[in-house]
Amino acid sequence: MLALIPLLPLFAALFVGFFGRRAPRDLSHWVCCTAVGLSFVLSAIVLCEVVFVWPEIGTQAESVTLYTWLDLGSTQLTVGFLIDPLSALMMTVVTLVSFLVHVYTIGYMKDDPGYARFFAYIAFFTFSMLMLVMSNNFLQMFFGWEGVGLASYLLIGFWYTRPSATKAGMKAFLMNRVGDFGFIIGIGLLFATLGTLNFEEIFARADELQGLSVSLWPGGLEWSLLTVACIGLFVGAMGKSAQVPLHTWLPDSMEGPTPISALIHAATMVTAGIFMVARMSPVFEGSDTALSFIIIIGATTAISMALLGLVQNDIKRVVAYSTLSQLGYMTVALGASAYSMAIFHLMTHAFFKALLFLAAGSVIIALHHEQDMRKMGGLRRLMPVTYGTALIGAWALVGLPPFAGFFSKEPIIEAARFATVTGHHYAYWALTLGVFLTACYTFRMIFMVFHGAPRYGGSSHAHGASHETPKESPRVVTVPLVVLAVCSVLAGILFIKPMLIGDYFGTAIRGDYVAHPAVAVFHAEWRGILHYFLHAFLTPPLWLALAGIAAAWYFTLSAPTAAERLARQLGAVYGVLKNHFYVDAFYERVIVRGTHSVASWFVRGGEQFWSEGVLVQGTARLVQWGAQCLRYLQTGYLYHYAFAMVLGLLVLMTWWGMGR
Amino acid sequence: MPGLEPTLTHYLLLAAALLVISVVGIIANRRNVLVLLMAVELVLLAANLNFVAFSAHYGDLSGQVMTMFVLATVAVESAIGLALLILLFRRRGTIAVQTLSVLKG
Repeated sequence: MLALIPLLPLFAALFVGFFGRRAPRDLSHWVCCTAVGLSFVLSAIVLCEVVFVWPEIGTQAESVTLYTWLDLGSTQLTVGFLIDPLSALMMTVVTLVSFLVHVYTIGYMKDDPGYARFFAYIAFFTFSMLMLVMSNNFLQMFFGWEGVGLASYLLIGFWYTRPSATKAGMKAFLMNRVGDFGFIIGIGLLFATLGTLNFEEIFARADELQGLSVSLWPGGLEWSLLTVACIGLFVGAMGKSAQVPLHTWLPDSMEGPTPISALIHAATMVTAGIFMVARMSPVFEGSDTALSFIIIIGATTAISMALLGLVQNDIKRVVAYSTLSQLGYMTVALGASAYSMAIFHLMTHAFFKALLFLAAGSVIIALHHEQDMRKMGGLRRLMPVTYGTALIGAWALVGLPPFAGFFSKEPIIEAARFATVTGHHYAYWALTLGVFLTACYTFRMIFMVFHGAPRYGGSSHAHGASHETPKESPRVVTVPLVVLAVCSVLAGILFIKPMLIGDYFGTAIRGDYVAHPAVAVFHAEWRGILHYFLHAFLTPPLWLALAGIAAAWYFTLSAPTAAERLARQLGAVYGVLKNHFYVDAFYERVIVRGTHSVASWFVRGGEQFWSEGVLVQGTARLVQWGAQCLRYLQTGYLYHYAFAMVLGLLVLMTWWGMGR
Repeated sequence: MPGLEPTLTHYLLLAAALLVISVVGIIANRRNVLVLLMAVELVLLAANLNFVAFSAHYGDLSGQVMTMFVLATVAVESAIGLALLILLFRRRGTIAVQTLSVLKG
């Protein structure tokens, strides 16, 4: 039954991918939605079993090996599943969001010529993601990791006739390669030291790694092996979860269709890095340096990306930057050893961010693929369902009680405060300020899109179709929105107790709560949900969030010119933000052009001079030159040949005579 | 005059002289294919002279038998050579050796 969970989407993807073009359109979405829906039901059954049955019988985790792929003597490369509370939760979240996005896609991609192809890709994505979260060894996890990367590449470049889309797909793929390099180094170090890829064996022997060191350079620079391995693994997570400085692919990935932005680039794939670190918690716990590195990267991502979110005008990019910022929050939680909080925020974030993206998509189709917020406005009355659900999503994202985001974000900020690793002060202040910024950009978006006077249907849409009034999206679009909205309201309040306070995760997440007391402090201060709720009014984040909403209201609705004035006055700062801190420009100038010039040097020096000039053409020229020389011997004159014969005869005879 | 009686050495020297003359004729001759053919005949005559001289010296007839064969072959060879020469002249209008360089590489 377990194997069916990932295999159903795979079969659907294969079927639709091979036969979808010839089959009727309806078949594509029926096959995929049914397969993913079934796999959601199965995942939910697994989750129920984990939650309700396992505590009774005392099972903590179940590892199943399905198939031995390669038997290399002492090492076996296998395909298998590790089912524990962590993976059961991830499976359910992934399949649920994936299922809702599949349904939403029926409405969103209605008129697209690549309908079947799209379904094949997202079903394949679901398969890879499930392989990633369910795996019980590094190799399979890496397979899933690359599979989701491939799906992401294919889907970002889905509209392959747009050069910007193919470029963005390439960028995402290459950025992820940089991260994967670190990931492979991490896996390789663990494998070389422990000789196994199996998670449970690695966890059981994680202590052996303490005290070992590895030299980063032949004959010097000894570093703790655990730290190097953890940072390597985390670099992989930085690529996949788009942490600074490997973040630039995520905003560009918004070139893909909106359901993809919701499913892959907000709810599931980008959280794979967070999941991986949480899965590796027993290993990461051993290295304070790595945790410190994680918390600093996470905090930097959280604050810098929130700043960038303030100056975006493309509705999807605002949501994309908020995703980056929220991923930074999760990363901080990982760095503070509050893995359960990271996973909790991952779950609530999956719901409310998918919701925001799908709501943005709903607005985009209503306005005929207009993504610029400056050309929206006043949609509140025309699209009530979208407005209502988006507002819930925004509240959840900002972290207003009692929405999901409040329950998951607030503990992370506190964890950063009570953490002990180097850099946690910085992380605490970055996250607290981040709350204000989050409220600011989120409500700037809400106000610009749904409030104020309509600005759509202007002169830029001269082709007529858009002059009709935008109307609410069809059922297939609004139903997923409503389901996700319900999740965004309830997920926090229902699950905070079992996931953060209770013992839901059991041994799936192993933190050293003596050395890293953030979670322990949180447990000690817990007095029940109501207390936590009221406690929020005494801490800065809530007031900062409200202040952020007020600021957004002031700058977008009350005094729209004030924002422009402010932008002019802070011209330099605004310029830096508009140019994404010049990170893209830096990559473009230094890395891309540097690679280009090194490559062209090799082309000129290596390829054109040595390979082509010396080896290939050189051989030809040598033969030609030799033949040219030999031509002079062949004069065609009989007497020359005769002379040569006589001469030859004389030489032979002399030689023969001397030999005697 | 016993001192003037020709010995084997004299015959061999004569044959060698004939050979050298004919080889020089082959190599140095650039005008006439006919002379070339004659020079080739001369090579074979030199060889025949050696056969006959050794045959007489050793009292073995097989050398002289070989000479008969060679003479027959030479006759055939010069017949073919002359025929080719006539064809060549008909075709090119000249029999000068230095014009015959179609095989030049």
